[in-house]
Amino acid sequence: MSHSDSEQAAHGHGGHDSAGHDGGHGHDGENVYPYTPHHFSASKQHFDSGKLGVWLFLVTEILFFAGLFCAYTIYRAQNPEVFYWAHFFLDTKLGAANTVVLILSSFTAAWAVRNAQIGQVGLLKMNIVLTICGAFFFMGVKTVEYTHKFHDGLLPAGKFAPTHNVWETETFQHKHPEAAKAAERISAGLQARKNKKTALNDTVVGGSQKLGLVPVSHEEHGKVAVVLPPEDPKTAALADDVWLAEKIRLLTPKQRHPLEMSGIIRKASAGPPKFDRPEKAGIFFSIYFFMTGLHGFHVVVGIGIWIWMLTIAARRRFGPEYYGPIEFSALYWHLVDLIWIYLFPMLYLIH
Amino acid sequence: MSTPSTILPADLGVVPSSAEDNYLTHDKGFLSWIFTLDHKRIGVMYLFSVLAAFALGGFFALAVRTELFFHHGPSIMTHDQYNQAMTLHGAVMVFLVIIPGIPAALGNIIMPLQLGAKDVAFPRLNLMSYHLWILGALFFISSLVISAADTGWTFYVPYSTTTPTAVIPAAFGAFILGFSSIFTGLNFIVTIHKLRPPGMTWFRLPLFIWALYSTAVIQVLATPVIGITLLLLIVERAVGLGIFDPALGGDPVLFQHFFWFYSHPAVYIMIVPAFGVVSELIAAFSRKPIFGYKFIAMSSVAIALLGFLVWGHHMFTSGQSVLAGTIFSAITFLIAIPTAIKIFNWVATMYKGRIHLDTPMLYALAFLWVFTIGGLTGVFLSTMSVDVHLHDTYFVVAHFHYVMMGGAITAFLGGLHYWWPKFSGRMYNEGLARIGAILVFVGLNVTFFPQFVLGTRGMPRRYYNYLPEFEGLHQLSTIGAFTLGLGFVLTAVYLYKSWTSGKKAPANPWGATTLEWQCSSPPPYYNFADTPEVNRGPYDGYELLTFDKETQGYVPVK
Repeated sequence: MSHSDSEQAAHGHGGHDSAGHDGGHGHDGENVYPYTPHHFSASKQHFDSGKLGVWLFLVTEILFFAGLFCAYTIYRAQNPEVFYWAHFFLDTKLGAANTVVLILSSFTAAWAVRNAQIGQVGLLKMNIVLTICGAFFFMGVKTVEYTHKFHDGLLPAGKFAPTHNVWETETFQHKHPEAAKAAERISAGLQARKNKKTALNDTVVGGSQKLGLVPVSHEEHGKVAVVLPPEDPKTAALADDVWLAEKIRLLTPKQRHPLEMSGIIRKASAGPPKFDRPEKAGIFFSIYFFMTGLHGFHVVVGIGIWIWMLTIAARRRFGPEYYGPIEFSALYWHLVDLIWIYLFPMLYLIH
Repeated sequence: MSTPSTILPADLGVVPSSAEDNYLTHDKGFLSWIFTLDHKRIGVMYLFSVLAAFALGGFFALAVRTELFFHHGPSIMTHDQYNQAMTLHGAVMVFLVIIPGIPAALGNIIMPLQLGAKDVAFPRLNLMSYHLWILGALFFISSLVISAADTGWTFYVPYSTTTPTAVIPAAFGAFILGFSSIFTGLNFIVTIHKLRPPGMTWFRLPLFIWALYSTAVIQVLATPVIGITLLLLIVERAVGLGIFDPALGGDPVLFQHFFWFYSHPAVYIMIVPAFGVVSELIAAFSRKPIFGYKFIAMSSVAIALLGFLVWGHHMFTSGQSVLAGTIFSAITFLIAIPTAIKIFNWVATMYKGRIHLDTPMLYALAFLWVFTIGGLTGVFLSTMSVDVHLHDTYFVVAHFHYVMMGGAITAFLGGLHYWWPKFSGRMYNEGLARIGAILVFVGLNVTFFPQFVLGTRGMPRRYYNYLPEFEGLHQLSTIGAFTLGLGFVLTAVYLYKSWTSGKKAPANPWGATTLEWQCSSPPPYYNFADTPEVNRGPYDGYELLTFDKETQGYVPVK
């Protein structure tokens, strides 16, 4: 038994699999680990069964999420402008941070498997703790993101009531600055017309006299302060929809294109002019919350599993003759990571 | 086909057991059952639970059929109560009885024995599957108590998201039962892959195990999809998610696609294990190896895989494109081929066999007749141009009851009687059992054949009142239903008598050749002291067994 162990340590390949050696389980017909359940005739049979079992479980998880990916695909194909419009409300920086942290936690999980395989108990415990830390960071960021969304009225479709316009988000202003400014002006103009004030007056709401845009941060509840240039009386006298059509016609391509892609304005040929968020925009947030929520639930379950592994590792149960549970936990964790790697671009990086 | 000469009579003998007791008496007390890790005990608990659920679902069925005796109502319930009764009948029967049925109740007990194994791969997961079944059943009952769902077992939106009845507990119960099913399937796949004894290659597996394996693959792949669908339904109802609501940007037909993507493979979860049981019965009671073993084994796998490609045949009238409908229709026709291969092979097995008409064989023969009718009418329904007229009529109801009652339940009863001596250690009264089998056969035909006629004449399904011209056939159907019920009650009575005071059973009362008959009846708690070495196919060796009058069982020839 110890002879084969030192052989395996000397081979020391970096993968998780037991190809090339039997994973330190001794000969096929032996029970080398005292805690192997009695219905198994050999430790290797126990390990192989566990591995097949975990892979089958991962297949069920993939199919579980597949329905949601399906729904995403169908709805995005049918409502591309909704998805383009809505993704600006997501904070790409936070999402990217989560992605990096989760990938790092997958690395520490993989390393933990190696630690268990060669009996490095100290490093094993460290890596499990680091994985758990990564998971907690992820859930912390998720909490921050969700809180902002609830704050801003960005809830699933049935309760969707956004308090801000998309051109007020940092992401939109960064990507389409001209379009953002143009949208500000048109929106303010519509607001002014609604308030029945003439275009000759400054429309100042909230006290700021500065020209230009004030990006809305999450702390501010105030509306954007925009000063409109004076308008000639003939334009001011136009009917609302004619005025809007004229304003839209005057947009440069750089201003117009992003607004069309986001479904805020529509092409002249597509119908009467409109200036509003796309219809049924809330469906994005239904899918966003359900998919990230379900994923988050799996992260929390993963935290529980890793804590459990930590308790067993602390009892010094893992070693070259028994490391299955660590490997299976890491496999589960890699799947959780993989699902996020799909979710991040699908939800945050829409073009 | 003659037995290979390398097999000795002793190879079919009973493996001696050193235990004084058996798995039923090994441990005592309620806790030793509810927290057992023994697959046989888990299977027996499943068996009694599934039979209890069958009685509950049957009660709702009789309530529905009684209400339908007269064409105008109310007779014994209001229209709302009728909707609830028919929903509960369907949901209980589908989710609590037929899907778990054969795999969980019979498979759990018998499959490891047929493998010569000591248990399934993951005994604790097995126990959790059972506990989840109980939890799911409790949620169904809670829905019943609060305000039973009235949506039909298919939970179609938008009615299921807007009806005031307790849909969420029912849907959540089904969600939990889904996990019970997934874990059972996962357990079986790993067991069959990893716990086979030396010498038992894949093509030496009993066909019951091939069937359970194919079923397990479907369980693992399909059930997660109903899981996510039910979860979406619950969240939609609870917070207005909007995923199925057109006003919020959703699509109600998407629900149907998600639902049937699981529920079609689910019907193969119901029937493929039944095929496995029938293979065992026909081989044993014709005392002849199965004709075309490999074809039957492979056809189970083919049915399992093809079954994932045909869900749209439940949605011909939903507005999906004609092209999609045509493709679904064509692939559904294909599934008839491996299914028919089985029927032909079973009949060929019986040819020139030595047929014994014991009760299990009566059920198997009944299966051949009734399932053929059910299966063929499925092909009629898969013809898109025909289905447009028959969709949502009693023709569909008759079709699926013929395959589910006449197929799955008949085979379940056959397997129950076949393996009863093994897991209970008792024999039942053969005379009463034959009467029970005949009552069930007559009852189900009288109940459901008139429904084919009703359907083609235009009687819609799930209707509480109907036109007077349909009343005669409905009354005939109700009489059949009570006959069927009588058959089941009789069966329950003599099986109960057998369990408590039946004659002791020998190890091999039927002279079968699969491994489960080589341990005592009932088996010791550890099944086999040593893993047997297998040197023969599962149906080789009938000539090496002879009936011993003293033990009233089969023993190897001297």
